Order: sequence, then structure tokens, then C-alpha cells
Amino acid sequence: MGDTLNINNKAKQQNTYDAIVIGSGISGGWAAKELCDHGIKTLLLERGRNVVHLKDYPTATMAPWEFPHHGEIPLKIKEENPVVSRCYAFYEGSQHFFVKDTEHPYIQQKPFDWIRGYQVGGKSLLWARQTQRWSKYEFEGPARDNYAVDWPIRYDDIAPWYSHVEKFAGISGNYDGLETLPDGEFLPAWEMNCVEKDIQQKINAAYPNRNVIQGRCAHLTKPNQIHIEQGRTQCQARSLCERGCPFGGYFSSNASTIPWALKTGNLTIQPEATVHSIIYDDKLNKAVGVRVINTNTKHATEYFAKIIFVNAACFNTNLILLNSTSNRFPNGFGNDNGLLGKYIAFHNYRGTVSASYDGLMDKYYFGRRPTQPMMPNFRNVYKQEMDFQRGYMTFYGADRGRASGDSLQQIGGEYKDALTEAGDWYVSMMMQGETIPKKTNEVFLSKDKKDDWGIPQLVFNVDYDDNDERLLKDFLSQGAEMLDKAGCKNIVQHDSRQAPGLDIHEMGGCRMGKDPGTSLLNAYNQFHNCKNVFVSDGACMTSTGTQNPSLTFMALTARAANYAVDELKKGNI
Amino acid sequence: MDRREALSRVALIMGGTIIGAEAFLSGCKNPPAKEGLFSTEDVALLDEVGDTILPTTAASPGAKAAQIGAFMKVIVTDCYTPEDQKIFTDGIIKLQDAAQKKYSKSFMEMSPEQRTEFLIALDKEANDRSKEIAANDSKLTDEQKHERKLQQDLGTYKRPVEDDPHYFSLIKQLTLWGYFTSKPGATQALRYVAVPGSYQGCIPYKKGDKAWAT
Repeated sequence: MGDTLNINNKAKQQNTYDAIVIGSGISGGWAAKELCDHGIKTLLLERGRNVVHLKDYPTATMAPWEFPHHGEIPLKIKEENPVVSRCYAFYEGSQHFFVKDTEHPYIQQKPFDWIRGYQVGGKSLLWARQTQRWSKYEFEGPARDNYAVDWPIRYDDIAPWYSHVEKFAGISGNYDGLETLPDGEFLPAWEMNCVEKDIQQKINAAYPNRNVIQGRCAHLTKPNQIHIEQGRTQCQARSLCERGCPFGGYFSSNASTIPWALKTGNLTIQPEATVHSIIYDDKLNKAVGVRVINTNTKHATEYFAKIIFVNAACFNTNLILLNSTSNRFPNGFGNDNGLLGKYIAFHNYRGTVSASYDGLMDKYYFGRRPTQPMMPNFRNVYKQEMDFQRGYMTFYGADRGRASGDSLQQIGGEYKDALTEAGDWYVSMMMQGETIPKKTNEVFLSKDKKDDWGIPQLVFNVDYDDNDERLLKDFLSQGAEMLDKAGCKNIVQHDSRQAPGLDIHEMGGCRMGKDPGTSLLNAYNQFHNCKNVFVSDGACMTSTGTQNPSLTFMALTARAANYAVDELKKGNI
Repeated sequence: MDRREALSRVALIMGGTIIGAEAFLSGCKNPPAKEGLFSTEDVALLDEVGDTILPTTAASPGAKAAQIGAFMKVIVTDCYTPEDQKIFTDGIIKLQDAAQKKYSKSFMEMSPEQRTEFLIALDKEANDRSKEIAANDSKLTDEQKHERKLQQDLGTYKRPVEDDPHYFSLIKQLTLWGYFTSKPGATQALRYVAVPGSYQGCIPYKKGDKAWAT
């Protein structure tokens, strides 16, 4: 398709909005909400089917025995879809919200587990819902430690926007007063259980600069008026979140931003609309719309708008931009410096440590909690001091399973009754390590392979490096040492050696920066060289930090959308 | 009109259930025809084996009440590799042969005490096998284990015969899993709370209190 628009004026008028948002996941939903709140007529495009809150959660209240395989995925589906089958959240009750490998192939030059959710709401239905603010140390990191490029913003630029999204989304947490993990606008925190508290106290006593705190997550522990207005109610501690929540207990586009935006009367949702590319007008020197292929009929349509937000999730955003070629941008949208698709990074999830815990057999817990204790990064915080760059966040949790009946004859009634009691406590710990964005970690378009919609397939060339190995080694030894100091026994370190991707924290490829020569986006997520196009999903990230990223995507998006509205009103775009 | 439809008509004509329907369906072949990997007799046997492992007690119903045989059939058919399916279905025959040899009667004809005694012996055999497999596993280097995982991911891994699990380990595993995720297992043997409403981090626990089902 060229740049000429062969379309009559009436059809063009019908397909014209003030703004187009590509993608309805966690950041796209926020872009739509903010734009609509400011009276901007917004078209929200989603390649997958519609998923309406409450109505389209078919498994939300099913008990384990109501699934034919009690949750297990049949072998045939696993064999045909090895990538998605490796995802922790993919099971019989949630599989309908995941993309099957066979439906949307991609090319792994190096192994990469690309986990996707193609429906209205995207992966916001499926996310792990852990939400921590970045601190000043993450924004200052690249410049101080000489990697990637300097962030064009600092903590103070984004702090009010963190508050803005936290109040609306509903974030539970304690006011911990740590400068490495700034406090936010919190609903009451979830409790730790007795063993977790004991481990917390022992670790905090043993290490002056390490702080175990309770995790912060996007669950309504005590809804405020703003959440009630969204139609959401208190989280019921069911932990069946990936099926969609009938209580609206956790934040998703479906439960929160999309219905809110719809109520303004300014939002049009177009599901089953696969975006092919962004249309650039060489005469007007700006983007004027997007080319869309109907996901079912494959019929092509064009939509037009003054502002375009690209929020298709990191890799699909890169894909759309790379596929958006014009006379002005022959190598992909905004790609004058050739860096689009490069400097991909993610979180290192390879290391886990498990242990047993003796004692407190007279204590138990009630309910299923959606978060767990965690520790902000404590490596290289104030200065570079380790044999690796950056650091990692640590999470742990303690649980009791069923008793094993080990001491009994393991057949018969006595054995069975023993199995129904609560078992020993066990502890599991995991890492979330920062990875350094590198030019060699990249995605690009296949020259010969296309998908069913005629769009080139994405090729992955992303891998770990020596820094990741050294950081992992440090986590494994520190994790084991901390659990040892906390009095745990039978400590086992494990390196899963999993391919990148299962963290589902992919970032970069269209990074923010100060210099148009080394970055694609400016401090407001706006293309340096095309002012009416914005990218505010994971693709915009200059570096990864150690925090779960979604809260930062939301805050960046809200900030960018409000900036876009201001610029539009001033006549600058 | 296929054979199954014919059967239902016969049943209608005769005004009731047909005894030996399996034999009729299969044209009186021996052993009885199987619907997929399992015959009705196999499922009935697995119900009894499961119910011997986890029998009815004062506290809760046994595995048969959870239709454990039907559950095993579904999981082995849909979720097992062909290799494990063969171990499992061969295992049903081995179990019956062993019962016949030891007690000179079928498992179904054995008394509850005999069944328990018999399965305790099988369980020991299976545990010994598991220990051998664990010993084999411990000889592997991390690199070999990683290579194995990569092959498993690609579907190219061929498990050596010496690592084949004992069929009774598979039966017992499925019995425990199926039972404790079944309605009677989760709601009567364990405590199932569909909608807790809140989370409490520290509550008292005394020996004998039931564990949470989920």
C-alpha cells in the first residue's frame, strides 16, 4: 500500500476521529480514558475479539472439578503450543485469553517465549498485578552507569502521574518510607502470614540495607468512591484473577478504564481490527491515520485522526512501526537513526530458591492473597560496587500445602485422613533482575514470511549476556544466604535457564531519550520527528529497572495523553 | 445405523438395560472392546483401586465417590504421552495378573483387606522404582538436565526405559490429584472456600484441622 488515499470524502469523514489508540491493553486503556476525559473523540482499535467486563468471563466462578481436566492443559494443545504452555498463568481456566502459538507464528532466531493476549483488555486481564513505583535511582541509572541512553525524565516528572493512576486503579500497599521504592497512593496492604513475618524480621535484622516489605498490587482491599463509580467492588481474595474478575477486584482495562471512557460518550471501540501500519502524509509532514485489516474478513479500512497513540504492547508496537514505511520513513516509522526495534530488554526471572521452615505449626492463614513479601533492589543502588551492573528485586512467600502422610502406610483410610491436614511450611523465593538494553538485542521484520493478514512476521534476536549470568549468580547466593539467616532449612537454588520472555516484561525498541540521534521518543513519549504520534507502552522504555513495569506504563501514558491534549488545544499538533 | 445406535434400539425393545452390553458392542470379542484406551471394566477397576488408596472414612467419602476411574480415563487419554499411556494401560493388565497370581482371584473379587494388602505391596514396588529413577537423575549434570529439558520442549526427548515410572505411581498420583480437586475431595475431605472475601495472615491451627483445598 502506498501513501495515496483512494477513499471518498464521505467515507473518510465517517472514519475520522480526534485520536486513535492502537491496542486496548493496560496502556491503551489509559490513553483512551485520559483522552476521552478531555472530550477527545477517540477510536480504540483492538485486533482481538471484544471482551466485556462480567459478561465475557466464562470461567470466572468455576470450581476446580468443573473443568474436565481439573485445570490441566491437554497434551495436544501443549505440543502444538509449547511457548504459551510454558506460561505460569496458562491453564484450563484461562487459556481462552491467551494467543496460541499456532494462531500467530513468529520467528525465533534465538529462543524467545512471546506471551500474548489478543482481546479487548489485552494482557491487562492476565497480568500479575504487582505495582511498584520506580525511584530516582532507576531514572538516573543509565547516565550514571553508562548504559543505554539517559532518560529524558526524572522521578519528579512522573511522580504526580503515578499518583494520578494509583488513585484510579486502586493500589494496595504499606507506607514504608523507602527511597529505593517510593510510597504511593495506597489502599490498605495485604497481611503477611506468620512465617513471612518471621523471615522478614530476621532478614531485616541481619542486613542493615535490605528491607523486606509487603508487596504492592492493583487490588481493591478497600474501595474508594472513585472505584465504586467504576462499578468495581472489594477484592474477594479468590486468586482466580486470570479468568477475569466478576467483582472488578483488580485493575484491568475491561473493569476500569474502558467502561469509564465509554461513559464519557467519546469512545468508539473497534475490536477485530488488526493494524497494518500508520499512514504518513508527506505533504502535511505528519501522520494522518492508520491502515486496518479486519481480523475476520481481512477487509482493509483506513481510519484518520489528529493524534495517534501506539499501545499495541511492546513487540507489536515495534512491528507496526517497522511496517509503517513511507517516502519520509523508508525504514519504519520515525526510524531516521536506524534504532527502531533495537535495545530490547526484559527482566531476568531465571533464579529461584526454595526451602523448608520448621515451626509455627500452630499457625495458618485464611483466603488467597494476590501479592507477597518483597525486597527492593539492594545492589549498586548508591554506586557501582558489584562485578555486574544494576540489580534485582526479590520476592518470597511461605505456604503450607497438604500433609504428606509420610510416616504412615501410604494406602488406606488413615493415610487419606492424614493427607487432609495442613502440611509443613515451605518457602519460595524468586528474582526480578534488570537487564541491560543492547543494540544486538533486537526484533525486525521477516523479509519473506508473512502472517495471515499479509503483515510480515516478527523475528526475535534477544538473549542473555554475561552481566545477566553474574547477576543471577549473586541472587542465588544471596537468596540462599538470606533464607539461611532466617532459619530456613533444605535450601535449594535453581536456575531455570528459561529463554527470555516468560517474565512478560518486554521493553524497548522505541526508546525515549533526549537526543533524536540515539532515541525515537522525547520526554513526552512523542516521536522526535513526528509530533502527533505517541508510544507509551513497554516499547518506550529506555531501561527496565527492577520494578514490575505496568504501573510505569500507565503513568507514562496518562502523562503523555494529557500532554497530547494540551498540544492539540494549543494548535501544536 | 451404527452399532451403538443399534444397541440403544435393542435396549428399547427389551425394555431395559442390557447385561453384557460391552460384549454385544464388540461382537463378543475377548478382551472386551474399549472406548478409546479404557473399557467400562477398566474404569470400574480404577474406581475400586482408587477407593482402596483413598477409602471412605468417618471424615469423608472415598475416591470412588469422586468418580476417580472416569477422571483417570480422561487425564490419561488427553494429557498423557503415548509412552505413559502404554505404561498405564499395560499396568491395568499387570495389576490384574498380579492379583490373580497372588490371590487366585480378580481384584474385583478380593475382600477390602486383601485389596489393601495387595496395594501396599504394589506401593512398595512403585516406591522402589521411584527411588531408582531419582538415583539415575542425581547422576546427571546440570548441563545434561538442561539438555533434557530443551529436548522435552522440542518434543524430541526419548525417555530411557530405566526412567519409566511404575504404573502404580501413575495410578496413585492421579488418584490423589483427582480426588483432592473433586467436589467431595475438596469440599468434604478438605476445606473449600470459593469466595473467602478477605485474607487473614495468621489464624490458629490445631492438629487435625483440614487444609484449604485451593
